[in-house]
Amino acid sequence: MSLAFSERARAEIDRLLARYPTRGAATLPVLRVAEREFGGIDDDVMVLVADTLDLSPAQVRGVFSFYTHLRRPGWGKYVLQVCATLSCALRGCEGLADHLEARLGIRAGQTTPDRRFTLLKVECLARCGESPVLQVNDDMYVNVTPAKADAILESLP
Amino acid sequence: MSTPYEPYLLTADGTADFGALRRYEERGGWAAARRAVTEMTPAEVIGLVKAAGLRGRGGAGFPAGVKWGFVPPPDRVPGPRYLVVNADESEPGTFKDQALLETDPHLTLEGAVIAAYAIGAETIYIYIRGEMPAEARILQEAIHEAYGAGHLGAGLYDTATRMDVTVHRGAGAYICGEETALLTSLEGGRGYPRIKPPFPAFSGLFGQPTIINNVETLANVPAIVNRGVAWFRSMGTEQSPGGKIFSLSGHLKRPGNYEAPLGIGLLTLLHDPRYGAGPWQERPFKAVIPGGSSVPVLRADELDVRMDFESLQAAGTMLGSGGVIAMDESVDMVEVLYNLARFYHHESCGQCTPCREGTGWTARILRRFHENRGREEDLALLLDIADQMMGKTICPLADALAMPVKSHVTKFPDEFRRHMGGEIPRYVPPSSWAVG
Ligand SMILES: Cc1cc2nc3c(=O)[nH]c(=O)nc-3n(C[C@H](O)[C@H](O)[C@H](O)COP(=O)(O)O)c2cc1C
Ligand code: SF4
Ligand code: FES
Repeated sequence: MSLAFSERARAEIDRLLARYPTRGAATLPVLRVAEREFGGIDDDVMVLVADTLDLSPAQVRGVFSFYTHLRRPGWGKYVLQVCATLSCALRGCEGLADHLEARLGIRAGQTTPDRRFTLLKVECLARCGESPVLQVNDDMYVNVTPAKADAILESLP
Repeated sequence: MSTPYEPYLLTADGTADFGALRRYEERGGWAAARRAVTEMTPAEVIGLVKAAGLRGRGGAGFPAGVKWGFVPPPDRVPGPRYLVVNADESEPGTFKDQALLETDPHLTLEGAVIAAYAIGAETIYIYIRGEMPAEARILQEAIHEAYGAGHLGAGLYDTATRMDVTVHRGAGAYICGEETALLTSLEGGRGYPRIKPPFPAFSGLFGQPTIINNVETLANVPAIVNRGVAWFRSMGTEQSPGGKIFSLSGHLKRPGNYEAPLGIGLLTLLHDPRYGAGPWQERPFKAVIPGGSSVPVLRADELDVRMDFESLQAAGTMLGSGGVIAMDESVDMVEVLYNLARFYHHESCGQCTPCREGTGWTARILRRFHENRGREEDLALLLDIADQMMGKTICPLADALAMPVKSHVTKFPDEFRRHMGGEIPRYVPPSSWAVG
């Protein structure tokens, strides 16, 4: 329970709060700060965010659980998201997903035992003209062949 | 049709990195905002956009100027007004806003400043989907540049107008693209759509008058101010004036974003070497979804239509977001619909029973078809469920699955009958990996 935001994060949160007429409106932005600060959002982090924004922990938990893109505790260092929606399905995203599952030895939705990779199938990433599409944390890769996927994974520090 | 169409939306090349402002100003950028703020009254700006007939590009096609005119005067509803830019783009098959934001962030910003000025707002929020961190950074940088150059901030162009912009990142939820869900999300809640009325123009963000516009809608505004109503109306059709970005995806040789006048033929978009350039593996098209995943599908014999709001409506479908998904004869329409049903079920916010139950029930029935265990009576059941979902919910997400269900089942019944225990031809199965 000794969790606290760093000085720098607190300054950033103050700047965020100045942009909205209510503290609650800063919930998603502050969860993003927390994501960066703590590497994922577990219950202690949600309590901290609630305290910071004068909300109840239940309110923050309710918001957090609604959104799929915030980092869950237990996710790997790299989150690999393959778009599985229609346009990409038409252009072979399945092949890319199968390849990643085989290479990493996990199924979609799982994390490698060394906590390096989490593989997720996700909905349309708004790059449907360049499928298959793979998002690795914040970076978007398009027209991803299995060979290109291998090169991307090998280039990660 | 006599003069060739000259693009005005997608005119920048490549990713906008540092220095995007200078390149935008070299192309005449920000002159329209300066002109609107210093030489026009807000009512004149609204009148201009109304006369141009600009219709919303986010899906519903509502006239932008008319919507702006709904904002009540301050003596009726005092307090701040807000302009909210809908950059949540997540309709499957749609990727035009992504391109606008990545290549030319100042264009949308300038349109937003003009719109905000027109409705008396001093605060703009840009709600950008969480999966677009790169575009959010590009926007942030552009905003920084615009403050520095006096296109944002206090004393705008030496007037009393002030303008502030905040980029607000979403966090993964398709429903937050629906305008009232977007507002709830922006206020810090779960992204639940709200019952209308009250309409956001009266009571929107933080209970104040609010206008929500799509990125592409706003990107049209600077050119309308610069070049006028006659120019804008020289493109497109009487009821759908102007240009449009069509996102082409699926089984095409050249998928991608193409800017063209509204009213262009769908067959031209699909086959012309300047656009889609025909089916990618020379197999004829079987079906095309013309306006993003939420609209009724067209069969191969129905593709001779014009891409504008009224023509597609007459053809029993919709222009929607302008995302064209082309499918060739290798595709199994049962798998297509299963993929979509899975999507809408996953994205339903769960507030309304017909949507929560209907999307789930539909997806489960389609899963049976996917596993080759469909039954004849399921076809009537799918249509019946779709009927019970239509027009009975807080927001149109339920309709967005019901319409594809109806069109797939009624236009391709034989494909469903193949999934009733018979031998399924070796089709491309678009969704077998995506089974949730
Ligand atoms: C389920 C659903 C999802 C939507 N998603 C988006 C979206 O991602 N982007 C968008 O601009 N409009 C979206 N809309 C439409 C908005 O509700 C709204 O009509 C639009 O932002 C208004 O802007 P416009 O008049 O400029 O088109 C969606 C609507 C529904 C029902
Ligand atoms: S129709 Fe569906 S998504 Fe829309 S408010 Fe109702 S339950 Fe939520
Ligand atoms: S369907 Fe995959 S990016 Fe749109």
